[in-house]
Amino acid sequence: MNAHSPRPSATAAAPGVAPARKKKTGSRAWRAVRHNLPFLIGASILLAVALIAICAGVLYPGDPRDMVTLPLSWPLTDNEYPLGSGSLGTDLASGLAHGAQASLLVGVSAASVGLLIGILVGAIGGYFGGIADDILVRITELFQTVPTFLLVIVLVAISGPSLPIIAGAIGVATWPTVARLVRAEFRTLRSNDFVLAARSLGYSTTRIIFGEILPNALPPIVVTTSVLAANAILTEAGLSFLGMGDPNLVSWGSMIADGRSLLRTEWFVTALPGAAITLTVLSLNLVGDGLNDILNPRSESNR
Amino acid sequence: MAAGRVVKVLSKTLPQAVPTMLGIVVLNFLLLKMLPGDVADTIAMEAGSATAESMAALRERLGLNLGLFDQVLVYLNNLIHLDLGKSARLGAPVTTLILGRLPDTLMLVLTALGFALVTGVLLGWIMSAFAGKWPDRLISVVLIFVYAMPGFWLGLMAIVLFSVKLGWLPSNGSASIGANYQGWAYFIDRLRYLVMPALALSLFYAAIYARLTRSAMLEVQQQDFMRTAAAKGLHPIVMQFRHALRNALIPVTTVAGMHLGNMLGGAMVIETVFGWPGMGSLALDSVINRDFAVLLGILLLSSLLVILANVIVDILQSWLDPRIELR
Repeated sequence: MNAHSPRPSATAAAPGVAPARKKKTGSRAWRAVRHNLPFLIGASILLAVALIAICAGVLYPGDPRDMVTLPLSWPLTDNEYPLGSGSLGTDLASGLAHGAQASLLVGVSAASVGLLIGILVGAIGGYFGGIADDILVRITELFQTVPTFLLVIVLVAISGPSLPIIAGAIGVATWPTVARLVRAEFRTLRSNDFVLAARSLGYSTTRIIFGEILPNALPPIVVTTSVLAANAILTEAGLSFLGMGDPNLVSWGSMIADGRSLLRTEWFVTALPGAAITLTVLSLNLVGDGLNDILNPRSESNR
Repeated sequence: MAAGRVVKVLSKTLPQAVPTMLGIVVLNFLLLKMLPGDVADTIAMEAGSATAESMAALRERLGLNLGLFDQVLVYLNNLIHLDLGKSARLGAPVTTLILGRLPDTLMLVLTALGFALVTGVLLGWIMSAFAGKWPDRLISVVLIFVYAMPGFWLGLMAIVLFSVKLGWLPSNGSASIGANYQGWAYFIDRLRYLVMPALALSLFYAAIYARLTRSAMLEVQQQDFMRTAAAKGLHPIVMQFRHALRNALIPVTTVAGMHLGNMLGGAMVIETVFGWPGMGSLALDSVINRDFAVLLGILLLSSLLVILANVIVDILQSWLDPRIELR
């Protein structure tokens, strides 16, 4: 990302100082959205998964781990339980819906934690430079060297497996990506005219960092957020597959682990939650790719 | 590749690596000290009974009675003597335990990385050659799906297809036990066990490298030196190999070096799926048993491997693009 030229403020422009051509870019972005089929597909899937997650408690009241029918009926054989049942007679459809809740929650909260730390570290290092930057870069490198998944496992082992802890641990392990990105953006943007103007108007440093530079650095950050969320969902799935997930929740990873011993015969018990993970991560990636094209006009020519 | 260049790159990267290594040692140590309950608790729990005196004696024997800072110093001192301590649970030295598992994990991870690189670059190259046409689009769609699948689930589904339904490949272990194959038969046997876990681990990364190679190749084609190469009558194939691919490999190698750590983490789950006797299962056991020394050793070793990979990437890149060492 070598944005030496002033960045067209594609999303919400910086208030006050850099409000150029807001209306026109807005309509351009909308046109880009309508013509971006992968983005539309991704956004629709994501919306559907989110809807299912939100309505899980209404659609399938009761604990998804309860025995409700005969065990191990294949999908599409029982009208009442169209996706089949697990080894203990659990309704797989109910498990998938409640699992969507767990996965999306982890995805969103882990990405938020990663964003928060990454933006803070990257913004401070990139804006101030000097010794603070050197130290922060070293810390970032340190966290990038330690294998993420191992780090997450250690953090979860320390604090016990609960959903907030898992999300926090994934966030703590993945912030370096954001920090590097934000730092690079801040380093190119900090010498721009609009920053100089803001400084000459006597804005506080905090306001310049978060009110002026950050909104202009947002497009690549937004794109990275969807990648962070997608990776968080994959990590959580691996974690609960290993039996280190939240024991009080049904998650897609734990459903896969449950189905593992049935792999030789009732493989659908494993296949379905995995397909759900794939579909959700796929939708997040499509949305991320699409946003990249929409928010960054230069990348359109690449496609 | 000139030896002098390697020395030059090393003299630049190694001094940077040492503080990172020290930081990792301290970080890992602090993390593990935050764990609730120590090894003495675990041992006492398994023994079924413990008096206050026996616990104190146990903690003293394990060095747990020292202050935190002293414990770090003791650990660092031992580290310099290549002593990672003893597994409090298994009694064996950590170094022996890890080194016993390392070859299998390395075989898995390096095979996966190599496969991902070759497949990814090849696919990316094909995609860039057909940019916008149906082969490009078809491969893109397939890659988008592969990129979204959890590797361990892909492995489980592969077991259903290739082990259960078709019966082609074994699904558990890293070699036939007691078969005592020699030479070629041994190699084939190991390969049959390696294929599925390595594929399951690598496809995610192959997808990344394919996309990277595609965009890098398309970018390189527009460079002036490509036009010059064409103008001086260079054969298109030579041009593609020596100029385009060589430049396109730079971003791919950078990312691949950073991926080694992720792959070591991913291998933990894949090893569980396929009963692969590597560091992954050792790490999992040591987490469950709160066996600090082993877990610390694995974290440290994995991080060292990542640092090593980054040094190798630096050397590779100075060969791919001689201008890089001047930065």
